[in-house]
Amino acid sequence: MTTLFTILFDGVAYGMLLFVLACGLAVTLGLMNFVNLAHGAFAMAGGYICAVLVNQYGWPFFAGLPLAFVASALIGAVLERSLYRHLYNRSHLDQVLFSVGLVFMSVAAVDYIMGSSRIFIKIPEALEGQIDFFGVGIGRYRLMIIVICGLLTAVLQLILARTRFGSRLRAAVDDPRAASGLGINVPQVFAFTFAFGCGLAGLGGALSAEILGLDPYFPLKFMIYFLIVVTVGGSSSITGPFLASLLLGIGDVAGKYYVPKLGPFVIYTIMIVILIWRPNGLFGRTAAR
Amino acid sequence: MSAQTEVGNHARAHARWHWSEVAFWFVVMCCALLFPSRYLIMTDIVRLALFALSLDLILGYAGIVSLGHAAFFGVGAYSAGLMALHGLITEPLLALVLAGLVAMTLGFATSFLVIRGADLTRLMVTLGIALLLEALAERFSNITGGTDGLQGIEMQPILGLFAFDMFGRVGFFYCLAVLFLLFLLARRIVHSPFGLSLRAIRNNPLRAAAIGIPVNRRLVAIYTIAAFYAGISGALFTQSTALASLDVFSFERSADLMLVVVIGGTGYLYGGLIGALVFRMLQEVFSTITPQYWQFWIGLVLVVIVLLGRQRMHRWVLWGPNLVIRQLAGRKAIVAVPESDVP
Repeated sequence: MTTLFTILFDGVAYGMLLFVLACGLAVTLGLMNFVNLAHGAFAMAGGYICAVLVNQYGWPFFAGLPLAFVASALIGAVLERSLYRHLYNRSHLDQVLFSVGLVFMSVAAVDYIMGSSRIFIKIPEALEGQIDFFGVGIGRYRLMIIVICGLLTAVLQLILARTRFGSRLRAAVDDPRAASGLGINVPQVFAFTFAFGCGLAGLGGALSAEILGLDPYFPLKFMIYFLIVVTVGGSSSITGPFLASLLLGIGDVAGKYYVPKLGPFVIYTIMIVILIWRPNGLFGRTAAR
Repeated sequence: MSAQTEVGNHARAHARWHWSEVAFWFVVMCCALLFPSRYLIMTDIVRLALFALSLDLILGYAGIVSLGHAAFFGVGAYSAGLMALHGLITEPLLALVLAGLVAMTLGFATSFLVIRGADLTRLMVTLGIALLLEALAERFSNITGGTDGLQGIEMQPILGLFAFDMFGRVGFFYCLAVLFLLFLLARRIVHSPFGLSLRAIRNNPLRAAAIGIPVNRRLVAIYTIAAFYAGISGALFTQSTALASLDVFSFERSADLMLVVVIGGTGYLYGGLIGALVFRMLQEVFSTITPQYWQFWIGLVLVVIVLLGRQRMHRWVLWGPNLVIRQLAGRKAIVAVPESDVP
């Protein structure tokens, strides 16, 4: 019974992390209908920036996290303005080629600058070890991830549902032409959202170094996970991807624990079955464009 | 009636061998004889060309975007490897065809998954299938040899006559012959009414269905054929290198293949062949500049190609070669081919 709870807990932490990593993609892929396979590259950028700041310059871990967010968001904004925006109206094939190219470049560049081995970020001692909670061992670091990611999710939901920016974004996504007719600066909204999503990915990358491992091949290794979250979760709201990430996290951890030999097999099979069964995702609807 | 005969004549005129196509293959043969010290890399190019031909059949002619074409390559490679390793079928040519058929079966089975859904779902499903197979191959490492790959494959002489030599001479001519035969077959296919209907589907599936083309069945058929081609190219890989490891399924292989087809231009058969040549040359150049990091430059090439616009780039870079290509395809190939970009 306790192992079940531990698996559930680890799974939830993993899922939450995946959600933070992938929710930017949920917007670009699910809402803006842009196939951005390079999303993991932004996560990796955030992770490495945090690692350099914490390990080499001795910054405290909690100061490194926001900076990872800001830096990735900046990179995202620059790339969006300079490259991505030219490709919004292109075919999916073009978008795939472009983002795969970016992934290759980022992998080789990080390999060149930082070396190919896996790196770790020094976490504060207070976060190491476990808390014993009614006999269930709860990792402190994972608990922190759940808290941070849970808060972020709530904030995101509030922003989308309650703020003026949120309604602008939803309008821009629903019907870009009508939205711009109403005086909404659609490209600006998209650019801001894209940058914000990249920032979140960067934050996720910094948080995930401890759990998922951070090396130059991060964007390739986890690309499929991000895509699963978005395609399975659908794009109608933030809840879909959130539930999908939790499912994926718990499923992956449980799968690795109970049937370790099958490895990621279970996850891929589930994804294909779901996509065949409901091509627009479990909680989805078709994208606006 | 007269319109029909006109269309027929037009199609037949396109299907006829142009002198420049003959010249193309003549040049290929000359290369084969002129550079005896370069057999290994030339074999590599020929294999890649066959693989690219396979992707072009579904991407360029049927408009199916696949990110997991390495799945069939890998299945072909492992089938050929396992057959040779366990001495099931030692005759390379027979093993080659069988490996192709295995890949073809898989292609047929998965085609039903792929034709459902639009571009994005297809991408995900093809990618998922390739990853799934990679995970399977890793799981059953007692059969596949895991990351070390199949070891100790010994190839018997082809048809009992030509033994594989260490300079790769026989291997090269073997691959080239296979490529040429399959190219002839592909050429026949794309110029047949079946091939024309595929192009109609790519340009507008709805309209194609409206004029009575069974869209799904055609897509299943071409996907199966392309899987056969990819399987053969994988089997050639195993047979000519005596090697098969997990990376035959890798995502990079599928992604590189996309680049090959995009460099060469989609929608005409020579695109894959030319793309394979250019890609391998680029790779050679990049890996002499920066041995470990050639991927960076490949990525850069991809980004630049897309940003410039594939069609515009082809017009600029290939204005010279385009003269030749125009002859090969019997029309203004690259510029005139709509990349199924219809929004």
